Amino acid sequence: MSLRLPKGGRLIDRDKRVVFSFNGKRLTGFAGDTLASALMGSGQRIMGRSFKYHRPRGVVASGVEEPNALVNLGKGKTHEPNQRATTTEIFQGLQATSQNHWPSLSWDIGEVNALIPRFLPAGFYYKTFIHPRPFWKHVFEPFIRQSAGLGKAPDPKLQDPDRYEQFYAHTDLVIAGGGIAGLQAALEAGRSGAQVILCEQSAHWGGRAPVDGVEIEGQPAEVWIKNAVDTLEKMENIHLRLRCMVAGVYDHGYVLAYERVSDHAPQDDVVRHRLWRIRSRHVIAATGALERPLSFAGNDKPGVMLASAVRDHVVNYGSAPGERVVIVTNNDDAYRTALVLAEAGLTVPCVVDARARAEGALPKAVRARGIRVLAGMGISNIKGLRGVVAAQLCRQDGAGEVIEDVICDAVAMSGGWSPVVHLWSHCGGKLLWEKENSFFRPDPDKPPTDQNGEGFVICAGAANGALHAGQTLEDALNSTRKSLQDLNMPVSDQAFLKVSVPEEEKLEPVWIMPAKAGPKKRAKMWLDFQNDVKVSDVQLAAREGYESVEHTKRYTTLGMATDQGKLSNINGLAVLAGALGAEIPQVGTTTFRPPYAPISMGAIAGEARGALFQPLRRTPIQGWHEDNGAHFEPVGYWRRPYCFPRKGESHRDAVNREILAVRNGVGLLDASTLGKIIVKGPDAGRFLDMLYTNVMSSLKPGKCRYGLMCSENGFLMDDGVVARLDEETFLVHTTTGGADRIHAHMEDWLQCEWWDWKVYTANVTEAFAQIAVVGPKARALLNKIGADIDLSKEALPFMGWAEGRIGGFDARVFRISFSGELSFEIAVPASQGRAFWDKLLEAGAEFGATPYGTEALHVMRAEKGFIMIGDETDGTVIPQDLGLDWAISKKKDDYLGKRAQERSHMADPERWKLVGLETLDGSVLPDGSYALDEGVNENGQGNTQGRVTSTYFSPTLGRGIAMGLVRHGPDRMGEVIAFNTTKPAAKGAAPKTIKARIVSPVFYDPEGEKQNV
Amino acid sequence: MRRYSAFAIARQAFRHHEGWERAWRSPEPKARYDVVIVGAGGHGLATAYYLGKNHGIRNVAVIEKGWLGGGNTGRNTTIIRSNYLQDPSAAIYEKARSLYETLSQDLNYNVMFSPRGVMMLAQTEHEIRGYQRTAHANALQGVATEFISPRRVKELCPIINLDGPRYPVLGALWQPRGGTARHDAVAWGYARACSDIGMDIIQQTEVTGVQREGGQVVGIDTTRGPIACGKLGIVVAGHSGVMAERAGFRLPIESVALQALVSEPIKPVMDVVVMANTVHGYMSQSDKGEMVIGGGADGYNNYTQRGSFHHVEETVRALIETFPIISRLKMLRWWGGIVDMTGDRSPIISKTPVEGVFVNCGWGTGGFKAIPGSGWAMAELMAKGHSPLADAFSLDRFREGRFIDESVAAGVAH
Repeated sequence: MSLRLPKGGRLIDRDKRVVFSFNGKRLTGFAGDTLASALMGSGQRIMGRSFKYHRPRGVVASGVEEPNALVNLGKGKTHEPNQRATTTEIFQGLQATSQNHWPSLSWDIGEVNALIPRFLPAGFYYKTFIHPRPFWKHVFEPFIRQSAGLGKAPDPKLQDPDRYEQFYAHTDLVIAGGGIAGLQAALEAGRSGAQVILCEQSAHWGGRAPVDGVEIEGQPAEVWIKNAVDTLEKMENIHLRLRCMVAGVYDHGYVLAYERVSDHAPQDDVVRHRLWRIRSRHVIAATGALERPLSFAGNDKPGVMLASAVRDHVVNYGSAPGERVVIVTNNDDAYRTALVLAEAGLTVPCVVDARARAEGALPKAVRARGIRVLAGMGISNIKGLRGVVAAQLCRQDGAGEVIEDVICDAVAMSGGWSPVVHLWSHCGGKLLWEKENSFFRPDPDKPPTDQNGEGFVICAGAANGALHAGQTLEDALNSTRKSLQDLNMPVSDQAFLKVSVPEEEKLEPVWIMPAKAGPKKRAKMWLDFQNDVKVSDVQLAAREGYESVEHTKRYTTLGMATDQGKLSNINGLAVLAGALGAEIPQVGTTTFRPPYAPISMGAIAGEARGALFQPLRRTPIQGWHEDNGAHFEPVGYWRRPYCFPRKGESHRDAVNREILAVRNGVGLLDASTLGKIIVKGPDAGRFLDMLYTNVMSSLKPGKCRYGLMCSENGFLMDDGVVARLDEETFLVHTTTGGADRIHAHMEDWLQCEWWDWKVYTANVTEAFAQIAVVGPKARALLNKIGADIDLSKEALPFMGWAEGRIGGFDARVFRISFSGELSFEIAVPASQGRAFWDKLLEAGAEFGATPYGTEALHVMRAEKGFIMIGDETDGTVIPQDLGLDWAISKKKDDYLGKRAQERSHMADPERWKLVGLETLDGSVLPDGSYALDEGVNENGQGNTQGRVTSTYFSPTLGRGIAMGLVRHGPDRMGEVIAFNTTKPAAKGAAPKTIKARIVSPVFYDPEGEKQNV
Repeated sequence: MRRYSAFAIARQAFRHHEGWERAWRSPEPKARYDVVIVGAGGHGLATAYYLGKNHGIRNVAVIEKGWLGGGNTGRNTTIIRSNYLQDPSAAIYEKARSLYETLSQDLNYNVMFSPRGVMMLAQTEHEIRGYQRTAHANALQGVATEFISPRRVKELCPIINLDGPRYPVLGALWQPRGGTARHDAVAWGYARACSDIGMDIIQQTEVTGVQREGGQVVGIDTTRGPIACGKLGIVVAGHSGVMAERAGFRLPIESVALQALVSEPIKPVMDVVVMANTVHGYMSQSDKGEMVIGGGADGYNNYTQRGSFHHVEETVRALIETFPIISRLKMLRWWGGIVDMTGDRSPIISKTPVEGVFVNCGWGTGGFKAIPGSGWAMAELMAKGHSPLADAFSLDRFREGRFIDESVAAGVAH
């Protein structure tokens, strides 16, 4: 059984006990423990259940690569699924529960799947559940969904209480990995004066070297590591981050690093995760290597672990998976585990070495301690139902005939090591297969390249294939120097450090144990532990023609679990290559993609959440709207008042009241969101002539003109009023939603096409507050507050503008109207906006001045037959469809969209044209309703002859009014046509239709007498 | 072809599954085919399949540069819906959706079509009006959709946050028979069926040139030698522009990266597919339990199948607002695909300036859902020279200004 050793554990503090719970059971660990080491120390062997067969599983690894020991962490608001026990540092009161089982971890009903794996081979679901058809949706799929998934979702009724943040940095170097290679790289880079961010994903510097008994310059690695970190901390150009994983490398040296700031010690008011967004000239990936499992029957049983993980747990935490541990290996490194176990007083019954010879320094040292070393041997099977009871040994080159049963309670396996090349590969770095060591390592000739075509990621140490500690430091120094030279920075002349570690003999690739295992055994050799993919599954995929590694991956789900194949990919690839009779490099690898290990969604979103998840734009008058009960609607990043309901009023009531107040008295609209763009320069007029369909260059200073803007494809994209401020200056008004887009559109043309025109544009939308004073009493109100501008019809006629002071405010007044009433749109400096608004309201009380919102604005413009961008237009409508031919210049040679509008379909007389619509019964036509025509088209769809574009109840007219586009509409005045609805007349019946008469779109004041006063 | 069934699995179980035959053959190319399709993605394979099934044309090869189904067919977020606005779009997507309903039975391969329902949230007044218009259009197009209330939205998707501080949910366009399918299985199922009726699927073979005589296609050059053909179908998505150039004409296509991501798997919490266009993101939960997430396409043209972080960030922000529980989930995997975009964001299924060469491309961000309908229409066009489903999508439309613009209905990649 797993246990805590009486002494040892370099990372734990035995004086500090930490109480935590697992599945409600109160357990004790030590400060410095991971959840995995603490559970192991508490005798908890089974920590999770596998995905497909729900097999009981224990911990197998010691880092982010852990596929089995995933738990639900926390409770209520802080609940989080799928936390790796191996990277979870324990703290007082930690609560963990195991996942993917019912009713309990030890007794899981889902385990029946494990009894019939023979009937559930890879891809079985593609071959069955086909009949009867409705059963997939209603029977099979719900069952599969329930048994799949891992952790439990957070409760949707609770909000994540934690904070996440993002930091931005620019640096010369990011060094990923704080093992000895990373530290060596940082020291060299530090001496050169480079700005460095050094990230280590775990809570400790130094990586594996202290566990592996490495000596540097004659002292234990630990001493050198401490000195190195001390030195680095004193260097101002070095920035050290623990618990910070480099998650991804992107084009142009963009790096994401994920720092788990307080997962190990949760506190209120401390940010939980921090995402670093770094622009770095180079990236040094000192990311080490990962050990590979061996594929033998029963290799997934609780108690079977990676040899390095066993060693980590014993040395770092004083926890062991068992008292009698069999080692099985194809290399010398695993012998270190035997030595560590023996040193800790545990029993190693034997080391099973698949190689024909095991005569290196490490095997000799192991033999010298009286441990049996069995060369040329393998494991035929692991006995035990819920954990290892015995290892059955066989010859590696045979079919698995059992030679001996070795009683044991744990097995430490090692299939060799694979460099962690993820960061090299994220941005397109290529790999080469090194046959001698049986691993992929970075191909130095094919690095990921930056904007200049130069490599910008360098692997250092084990990540570069320099696994042996002596080579690791040397390689790290060389790689760093190469990087610094590329960056034109000085390099030191420091000699390589002296590292003493035992020499290692070569490993022998072993992909299947034993080599000639039959189908029954191969169906019990796990490749991907979490997803339950076995050797037999990969071989089945190959047999069925899923020969590409991507096909195999997708067909079997190999490498698609939460560890993303960190343990399984190379073994799976080798088995596939074997099945295809191909070499491993011919089969290739799957693509490595960010993130290296999963990162929280919270960190990706950062601080941008809740009300600030997008920027919020406020007009100078926003505060008044908020204080006065406005009902808001989002318009771009703005929030505009839709209406101002009074107590007891519905939104509809409020809108009707606001409209009547404007039509009969005076209304005030906060129009500050309206786009305002200054276009200035000798060529400004010429430029606007190209942008607008009509002529703007002939506009006189002091005058305004309405204009239409089309896309290159001829479609109407924006409209608005242009005012000429002086000979060279125009003020362009755009729609609220269009301001930024239109400004970008202008710059696009100016910078890409007409770069030699002398025009300058500036978006001054937020520099002004703009208030529309609208209604028959508007002039009276303005005269009351006093103006030094003559506001009379004669001095300031419709479509004129003037500058002066109104009510003591600097102001520009535009005589433009979107409602058909007498209207003054008044712009004042943004800082004066609120005061001006307050003044108008106060002075307007006697005239019944009423603030109104966007909906009243929309209804009034529809009553007047004015089009609205986004309602009458949808990206397929041209000005000619809307009866706006008068706003299209016939004289101009060109404007944007002119050529497009000459294409045959654009000039087609059958195009739908703008009309007004009145229902026969006065009701309001539904939004988006279509005008029905006879018959169906070739595809069986009902024919149509038009559609509703805007539809409202008009309080002015006391009935429903609508605008729409209808085929030959303007020629069919008075005709009655039918519109569809989505509501059936009675249950089961066809949807109702509504009859409407085609009328002029101008419902109100067709002569324009009201706005022209 | 041996049929797949539970009995077949049981029979094989006792032989340790050593008796399964290949899902598709891996033949040497013949010297000549009546029809060659370039591109063994979903659309190419479906085109071949319906050429055989509907038109009896079986001397067909499908040539693939990499591995079949390895492009956008295997990189999308598997959403199937047909609630489009414009008639031609609704026609072809609804044809596709209805073929998906019975595709598993038709192909004898479980593509796991799951009509779990798709909703598109309305979060502005403008969006409400837009979706009501789509609902009215769909009613005439034979596409079953309805505009539903926020309360119904919450019933269908309990993890949704209706009352976000910025964009409260005001309703949704709901298509109950929309849903998802297993994307790889669609490619594999079609490939197996094509192979079974005698068609050759030739992988790891790049088409390097198109041979023409007097404006008529006569064959292709490949990395495995020349192959003669009577007709040629180019169905290569992101690389359509490159293939068109080899055939001697140009296409109005731009290629951009579209990204998607999945969370780590969790137990089922979400049955339906939800798209939130105002905030730019959509999400569903796969049968494995992963939350499958997508958003907008990158803003610049490229071919690299990887994208920038910024779009993913924007998408995740939007979805945390919409589904707050995902804040405490982790992003597991994140990938990109190259999508081929036309000026009006609608596909091209068309004859080309070269006699005998047909092109099917421009599916942009929404091609997976169209696969069966696209193959059906393309096969009909290639066999008969005319297809009611394809006619509106001809290349001529750009010259005539006859755009099929869906942007009003779909402001987000999908």
